[in-house]
Amino acid sequence: MTTEEKYVAAVYLVVFIVLLAYVFIIALKLQRLERELAELAELALRKKEEPERKAVAVG
Amino acid sequence: MAAAIALIFFYAPLDQDGLNQKIFYFHVPIAFTAYACFGWGGWKALRHLWKRDEDADLESYVAIHLGVIFGVLTLVTGSIWARYRWGHWWVWSEDQLVLFLVLFLFYCAYFMLRYSLPPGPQRANLSAVYALFGVALIPVSILAIRLSQRFIHPIAFDEGGPNMAGSQFFTFCVAVLAMFAVAATLYHLELAGKRLDIRLRELREALQ
Repeated sequence: MTTEEKYVAAVYLVVFIVLLAYVFIIALKLQRLERELAELAELALRKKEEPERKAVAVG
Repeated sequence: MAAAIALIFFYAPLDQDGLNQKIFYFHVPIAFTAYACFGWGGWKALRHLWKRDEDADLESYVAIHLGVIFGVLTLVTGSIWARYRWGHWWVWSEDQLVLFLVLFLFYCAYFMLRYSLPPGPQRANLSAVYALFGVALIPVSILAIRLSQRFIHPIAFDEGGPNMAGSQFFTFCVAVLAMFAVAATLYHLELAGKRLDIRLRELREALQ
């Protein structure tokens, strides 16, 4: 590989790595949001069930 | 992007710069994308101040964030090219380089301003005003090569049009479109993530 080829490869590699890192960070964030959404869905279900149980106990 | 890379390496002919000229097809479209992101961020900032569109503040922030990332890439790819061509990573006497660095640092400071304030209308308004000020630097940075008396940085476009062969110009246009497409995809991806984050926070507050 000549010096010129090394410089050209370095430029394309840097762009590829930076864009890949950006996509990876966004993917990690989306994973976190997915986990949070699952937690909230569970919380919402529990909240929905709580009044029903209370209603049964009183009745 | 694959089409652009294929055109760059298999279609566009080499000029007197040799293989090193292939960097131009990535470096310049990346710089144009950075300018476009900053410009889009400024437009959204204006919409926020003008129409009181709350969502425009988030869109402006995401555009500027992407602009800074493409700005880093512009500086890095330009420096690698300069190291080979000029023998230096950076030339302080070159107006276009310094003005682009000023523009980049100006938008880096945007994040310092934004995160030094608590979330709310004041932060959104101040960020929007700051983003609008930065827009004034974009034409100065682009036209710096015309304002400069010393021409070290190559001139790809002048009054007579592009300084390159038709096939090179076609490849360059495809590379610009590819880079814009990448930026638009990343913009929508990040924006969707941020919007989802906000909605989830609201939902959590409502449930607790």
